[in-house]
Amino acid sequence: MDNPIEKRRLELEKYFDAKSPFALLRVAQMKRAWKHKNRRELTWWENTYIPTVVTGIHLTSKHFFHNLNLHILHLFGLCKDQKAAVTYQYPEQPRPLSARTRTRHRLTKREDGSPRCVACMMCETVCPARCIEITAGEHPDPNIEKFPQKFVLDLGKCVYCGFCVEVCPEDAIRMDTGKLNTAEYSRESMIYDKKRLMDE
Amino acid sequence: MNDILIKFIIASGTIGTMFGVAGFLTWVERKQSAVMQDRIGANRATIFGFKALGLFHAIADVLKMLSKEEFIPQGANKFLFNLAPYLSVTFALVGFAAIPIGNQLVISGKVIELQAANLNIALIFIFAMMSMGVYGVVLGGFSSNNNYAFLGGMRGAAQMIAYEITMGAAIMGVIMVYNTLDLQMLVRGQGDYMLGGWLPKWGIFCQPLSFVLFLTAATAETKRTPFDLPEGESEIIGYFVEYSGMKFGMFFMADLVETVLVSALMTTLFLGGWQIPYLHPDGFHFPWGGMIAMSNWPVAALGVVAFFVKLSVFIWLLMAVRWTLPRFRYDQLMNLGWKILLPASLINIALTAIVMTLLRQTHG
Ligand code: SF4
Ligand code: SF4
Repeated sequence: MDNPIEKRRLELEKYFDAKSPFALLRVAQMKRAWKHKNRRELTWWENTYIPTVVTGIHLTSKHFFHNLNLHILHLFGLCKDQKAAVTYQYPEQPRPLSARTRTRHRLTKREDGSPRCVACMMCETVCPARCIEITAGEHPDPNIEKFPQKFVLDLGKCVYCGFCVEVCPEDAIRMDTGKLNTAEYSRESMIYDKKRLMDE
Repeated sequence: MNDILIKFIIASGTIGTMFGVAGFLTWVERKQSAVMQDRIGANRATIFGFKALGLFHAIADVLKMLSKEEFIPQGANKFLFNLAPYLSVTFALVGFAAIPIGNQLVISGKVIELQAANLNIALIFIFAMMSMGVYGVVLGGFSSNNNYAFLGGMRGAAQMIAYEITMGAAIMGVIMVYNTLDLQMLVRGQGDYMLGGWLPKWGIFCQPLSFVLFLTAATAETKRTPFDLPEGESEIIGYFVEYSGMKFGMFFMADLVETVLVSALMTTLFLGGWQIPYLHPDGFHFPWGGMIAMSNWPVAALGVVAFFVKLSVFIWLLMAVRWTLPRFRYDQLMNLGWKILLPASLINIALTAIVMTLLRQTHG
């Protein structure tokens, strides 16, 4: 009796007698019984759909009239502090970004306007998308060894992981411009060079 | 000659207005759903910097549809394929001819009924036209040589048959109470008062069960959510899957026109049409005494306004239903139609008959 398979068989036999002429009917019955095992049968009143329909319409109309009233009050310049819609009108009204959101990169500058970057290649190495390409050159100032002659970042490939920012020893690259709408007509213009990264 | 001119004005006025209302509904639909869901809704189309609450989107939509390619699939039956959308819209629009939008108007001793066609079988006429509307759906599905369209057409036909019967059976009660098939007479009949003369004898008060049944069946008749199985936007796209451009637009319009039509029908049958409580042809007579006398013109105008107010209430309700409820499964739809609505409407007929006989006995 402890054998679960045996138990299942007995349970089955309650519904199903292969010799019976109504075997097929029983199978259907059995399937239905199993399907509804863990479900409460709906009452007659619930089966008419009326209670759920009424609750649903009540809920949506509550929103409708609440928002409509606010819209009308807004027309007269009242209740401006309460919002009638949760949406943002995007291009004109950008969504507020938290200060730590990773947005488009920029290269930070020294006081004289030259890039802070020392071309250590850390970011280029760590970048999982391999979208940074740096060519190092010798810096005229002997205190600074190198500077990037070329610093190219392909935003079409970048996955905005922020590793480059994490890894930079000089705080030379940051992702805090607040710009997220990098859209261009060609792939080439998605490739940002040093000048664009510093000034745009 | 004058009679024909007057008829022409009323007919074109009624049908033109209703078509306009249907076009306006594209905007209502967008905005109402938006406000319901805490959104703003379409608001980008501008003309000279005016947004007009997004009203221009309706125009933009029409322009877009007109400028699109009218595609006819290979192997389609060209004639029927082109005919189907016209059938849909036409039959939906023709039904308005029998809807009374106001009481009579007296112009220099001449009585003008504010109803395009004074049919004494108006109700049957409207039902016939609504049933004809299914031809557009079936033909559209059948002639596009596409299995999905065919499936949609078949679903549409099955659904229409199931719900048309309920619809017909549901209004039997109303016909029994007012004893007429003429919609103008039916509306006049709703001008009486019950319960000591303060409750208007409107269909919704005499026949509440019939109202609920008719509302459900009428929602199904418009083929919109929760009964949009012929379309089935998420799986089969439905009978107009092969249509593009303005022909698709016409199917789309036909749905909205039908929404207006069933709203108008419900207004007429259950909310007293153009009746305003306590407004008689010579002004307001209040049950608590006192009256405000009015001449014929303002009374007629008030009636028309009342009709459109009631119409918008029903349209609002249908839109709210459409944007609230999810779609039925096909077996649920058929169960609801055949096992719940139809028996309930038959019971309603029996109940009405019994109650009416008893009332007649007691009142002699
Ligand atoms: S954010 Fe990530 S993917 Fe983009 S440049 Fe930096 S390291 Fe590369
Ligand atoms: S990690 Fe910083 S300093 Fe090094 S190359 Fe990149 S940006 Fe320049």
